[in-house]
Amino acid sequence: MAENSRRDFMGKVFGGWAALGGLGVLYAAKKTWDPLPSVKAAGFTTVDLSAAEPNVLNIEKWRGKPIFILKKTPDMEKSDRDVIVGKDRFMVAIGLCTHLGCIPAYRPDKKDFLCACHGGMFDTSGDNIKPPPPSPLVIPPFKVDGTKLVLGEEGPQYKKMKEAGITA
Amino acid sequence: MAHFEKANSLHEWLDQRLAIDTLERVLAKEYWIPKNINFLWAMGMVLAFTFGILLVSGIFLLMYYQPNVELAFDSVNYTIMREVEFGWLWRHVHAVAASVVFLIIYIHMFTGIYYGSYKKGREMIWISGMLLFVTFSAEAFSGYMLPWGQMSYWAGMVITNLFSLGSLELNGLVEWIRGDYVPGQAFLDRFFMLHVLLLPLAILGLIGLHFGTLRIPHVNNQDGEEIDFEAEAAKYKAGNKREAKVISFKPDFLSKDMFVLSVFLIFFFYLVFWHYSFAMDPINFDPADPMKTPPHIYPEWYFLWSYEILRPFPKDPGLVAFGIAQVIFFLLPFLDRSPNVAPAARRGKFNIWFWTMLVDVIVLTIMGKLPPEGIYSTIGLVATIVFFALWISLPFITKNEKAV
Ligand code: FES
Repeated sequence: MAENSRRDFMGKVFGGWAALGGLGVLYAAKKTWDPLPSVKAAGFTTVDLSAAEPNVLNIEKWRGKPIFILKKTPDMEKSDRDVIVGKDRFMVAIGLCTHLGCIPAYRPDKKDFLCACHGGMFDTSGDNIKPPPPSPLVIPPFKVDGTKLVLGEEGPQYKKMKEAGITA
Repeated sequence: MAHFEKANSLHEWLDQRLAIDTLERVLAKEYWIPKNINFLWAMGMVLAFTFGILLVSGIFLLMYYQPNVELAFDSVNYTIMREVEFGWLWRHVHAVAASVVFLIIYIHMFTGIYYGSYKKGREMIWISGMLLFVTFSAEAFSGYMLPWGQMSYWAGMVITNLFSLGSLELNGLVEWIRGDYVPGQAFLDRFFMLHVLLLPLAILGLIGLHFGTLRIPHVNNQDGEEIDFEAEAAKYKAGNKREAKVISFKPDFLSKDMFVLSVFLIFFFYLVFWHYSFAMDPINFDPADPMKTPPHIYPEWYFLWSYEILRPFPKDPGLVAFGIAQVIFFLLPFLDRSPNVAPAARRGKFNIWFWTMLVDVIVLTIMGKLPPEGIYSTIGLVATIVFFALWISLPFITKNEKAV
């Protein structure tokens, strides 16, 4: 009997150590698979908007993702999502469909975005107008600096949008 | 120490140390197989052999492949295809085998369903087989990433986005899986590791398990007959081979296995030399471009049916449906409530269930390949609903099945 409880005790000691070690390994694994600092640091892009033409979609690259920048024409509907630079209104959004991440194509004649993967559609404000995408295109963190747009930095306009809950 | 006689031959020497005679007897000569099973039962051997082909051709490809976002595409499409002598052969063998292996897996699965080989005592055979199917799927997907073409990239994008779990918006989880905001170097490296090490190891282990699960309940047969394997084996060993309902795996059944295998290999090498392109998507011959999605993306043919189940719904229900479709086959032994082990043809309503399911999966596969528009969307939606209706109805139609 005494011998059995001794073995039980040893078993429990081992179990305890194993559990502790397991947690440590999990933590290390989590950290190992996080994006590397160099990946995170390459997170700022500056775009000059002074030469932008209305109704012509510009695609910039930020954090490896395409960023849609579209100067709105006066007849396009105004939206709270518009980024205002000087007198002009822009749509600025991450160009990845909120369904499963394909890049929707802009159709300048129809003034909308069509996602070929599953047929989703967005309007010129980035709002989803035909499913399956469940939500509007995501607005990346930006700061307006004169006629320039800094992507990756949260400026006052962006913060206001974020508070209003319309960036995503 | 154990006592050893002087060995008179290499065979004896090894036998004393490794018991190779006993091993051969237990694993082959006295591994009993029912007599009345048809060529469909040889698919297991075909699969094992195809996996071997994948392993060997993969090793040759591995010696020239570069898991680097800048170099990967050219290492496959230039170095292996043009510079390495016979590099094209290994690549075509690997690609064709990766595609054909799923055809055989599906035949193997539907054979099991048709003859009720997942039932009463054979549940673990079915479950370990399904685990193999899922691991093979992961292996195929991770391998598809490696040439780093357009389809690789965008399939990687779409499939990893599934892990944001719809409206839960777990983008942190997706970025963690990728090690980047989009599929990039970290992503390619980890899928490379999965494809060449972790998943093949898992597959090898699961193949061992799958074979092991057969040992005790023994393989099913064409009539679902319950065989007393020990009594029948005794007859066989006593020389009464004509009356015994079983034969030995080696050499009796092995000869049939090998014959089916050789027919399969003719078909396989016909594909490798004359029709390898069916296993290669033309879009994947464009290098990955994160700034441009191909207009129409779809997975390889063997994933089309489950991809089609994802498509007709809005994001969240689509994901749930897709998730269920991935695991529902695991539950087959428990959803089929009938105690009958018999071919579907003799099981009344289950026969209808079986053929409807088979046709439905084929319809889903075809619709998954066509663009998601108009009538195709409608057919896809109907086929998806039929798919779920079939699974829901299964316990009810099998509950009161007449004994056969
Ligand atoms: S990814 Fe755009 S509709 Fe599915």
